[in-house]
Amino acid sequence: MPRGLRAAGPLWRIATLLVALGVLAPVASLAWLALGADLSHWAHLLQFVLPQAALNTALLLAGVGTVVLVIGTGCAWLVSSCDFPGRRVLHWALLLPLAMPTYIVAFVYLDLLHPIGPVQGAIRWMLGYDSPRQFRLPDLRSMGGAVFVLGVVLYPYVYMTARAMFMTQPAHLMEAARTLGEGRFGAFRRVALPLARPAIAVGLSLALLETLNDIGASEFLGIQTLTVAVYTTWITRSDLAGAAQIACAMLLVVIALVLLERHGRRHQRFGSAQRMRAMQPRPLHGMAAWMATIAASVPVLVGFVAPAAYLVWESIKRLQLGHGISRGLVTSLGNTIALALGVTVLAVAVGLVVAWTARSHASAPNPARWQARAATLGYALPGTVLAIGLLTPALAVDARVAGWLGLPGLPLMALGMVLVVACVIRFLAMPVGGIEAGLARIPPALEQAARLLGENATGTLRRVHLPLLQPAIGASALLVFVDAMKELPATLLLRPANFDTLATWLYAEAARGTYEEGALAALAIVAAGLLPVVLLARTQFRQAPATGHQNPHP
Amino acid sequence: MTAALHIQDLQLGYDGARGLHTVVDGFSLELDTGRIGCLLGPSGCGKTTVLRAIAGFEPVRAGRIELGGVLLSAPGTHRPPEQRRVGMMFQEYALFPHLTAAQNVGFGLRRATAAERHARVDAMLTLVGLAEAGSRFPHELSGGQQQRIALARALAPAPALLLLDEPFSNLDGATRERLTAEVRDILQQAGQTAMLVTHNEREAQVMADRIGTMHNGRLSRWV
Repeated sequence: MPRGLRAAGPLWRIATLLVALGVLAPVASLAWLALGADLSHWAHLLQFVLPQAALNTALLLAGVGTVVLVIGTGCAWLVSSCDFPGRRVLHWALLLPLAMPTYIVAFVYLDLLHPIGPVQGAIRWMLGYDSPRQFRLPDLRSMGGAVFVLGVVLYPYVYMTARAMFMTQPAHLMEAARTLGEGRFGAFRRVALPLARPAIAVGLSLALLETLNDIGASEFLGIQTLTVAVYTTWITRSDLAGAAQIACAMLLVVIALVLLERHGRRHQRFGSAQRMRAMQPRPLHGMAAWMATIAASVPVLVGFVAPAAYLVWESIKRLQLGHGISRGLVTSLGNTIALALGVTVLAVAVGLVVAWTARSHASAPNPARWQARAATLGYALPGTVLAIGLLTPALAVDARVAGWLGLPGLPLMALGMVLVVACVIRFLAMPVGGIEAGLARIPPALEQAARLLGENATGTLRRVHLPLLQPAIGASALLVFVDAMKELPATLLLRPANFDTLATWLYAEAARGTYEEGALAALAIVAAGLLPVVLLARTQFRQAPATGHQNPHP
Repeated sequence: MTAALHIQDLQLGYDGARGLHTVVDGFSLELDTGRIGCLLGPSGCGKTTVLRAIAGFEPVRAGRIELGGVLLSAPGTHRPPEQRRVGMMFQEYALFPHLTAAQNVGFGLRRATAAERHARVDAMLTLVGLAEAGSRFPHELSGGQQQRIALARALAPAPALLLLDEPFSNLDGATRERLTAEVRDILQQAGQTAMLVTHNEREAQVMADRIGTMHNGRLSRWV
């Protein structure tokens, strides 16, 4: 290899290699556990657990996939091709359900849509019935209910990617289709949609990975998915090998989804390569305009406004009753913040090391690039799969540490270190990606100038890059912090004894069927979850596209 | 000869911050069937806006556009672009990147049977001298080849009028010289009525039977 300026010294590269191996360790340990167990285990699983759980998971993925595709693509097309009252607000408000974790929206709708809850009560009152025996909506605790609940909060993944694509599609392609005899819908179907398909595939795969990760909503709604099966096999039956085997089955689904995402990303160059006049939204008038407003508002209302309003209402009610806030909830809040802070600091630090080591530097490709890609694979691992995979290596290390220090029990587990590591693995893609993007915007000449002025690589990082990277680091820290706050499945499996976060507090309340302080916990999570959505809306959706007929031809 | 394209007292513009901003005003012309007309003028003179109004992408503020005796545009009347029998070759070609050259050419032939479509696509590819390039994607074609595919695609549905918006501006000098003459021959061979927009006087003289000069949204000559 020609020796020019090296991207980073050997220490950095060893650190990055270790991070990559650490991220891959849970997967390797899963495979080892699953294949190492005796075959009778597999037979039992194949006969009793896997078929039903796999079928449920497949149905759930298919249902949620359909819902997010229809809502996400439909709304994206509506706000990019048409102008109607409220469009400027809706084009970012459609992102709001991202702030609503799946288990919270399930928790809320179970109460809202309860047979003796407000919605069904109102419907009965309007129809003149006086008992749930005479009229009730279909039970939310069903596959349909789970598809509904997950679909209305996960569609923004598709909306986001599809909308970005529609907004940048050159207008002349649609116009060409029109001059060749296609109407508006035909042009959408034959040109806009195929061009956006790779982007939509990326959004779809992210939404489905979230579906696979979900444990709260499926469990509250009584859907025995693979994720729930992993959890119950380990927690209630203490069967680690069995849990690992189910987790392995989930890994296959994960791999398929990641391949779908990668395929989409590879083909995304369509359209974006040309910088052309973008499509102008067509003003709608009269009924059509209001229909469009209603159509684009419903997902926001159902996916965010109604559940958020319910949480605010219930929280106020609770506080007005004079119960105050229990000590347990305050402790959970403290735990949540401590956990999220720990995860954020570690994830950003590790992310910085990885991104710095792997940055493109000279004309030759950086050999640390594959390590950076491996280090960011954790986002695809469902929390339960990650937890089960991490458990065996973590327990081994923990026992070793306890032996060295002469401590009883499992000190790392008890301190929550294992949980922090699991969250870092799962969320590392955000700081690595964010910092890599930030580094890409810093011209190489700055680094070369610093080196010519006598600064070494680490000094250049400290004096040149870190100050310039502050926005990127801040944004990724925020994203990691909020995701760590919301995290449920890995936390349930890896938390120390008697350690509750807001998410597990809510989970416990919903599992018991009590709705005491759950709303308060949920409200805190949603309020925090709004921050990154606002950030996203500001950065990616800053300029609302111009409306009406502005002269596109200078 | 009958007039294929008939434009009368056309006014085009958009609603700006200070009321209507007129881009084209008092614009009239006639173009006979089988002829090639050209609007010549500097950028910003409104010539592309006229072309887009004929295609149906710009609303008409006053006046009327007729094609073969059918009213296309007038205040309050707007025939959608897909029903105008107007083809257009875009400045940036606007080839669909997800379709092959042959699929691009066949895009507008939806109502034809598969066999008819196949024959028509082959004929068009042969006409533009790219019979062997049908299976290639736009990004695998040179600029000149893309331009010819765009021409074939616009001609395939046999439009009553073909619009060409600065068709040669993206090509280098030598290719442009050669293609200008070639495209003129193809259009004449097909008996195609066409309207060209350019800022290049030489191009206008090589291509067109009638040339109009535009300035500040007005047509000053139509000879």
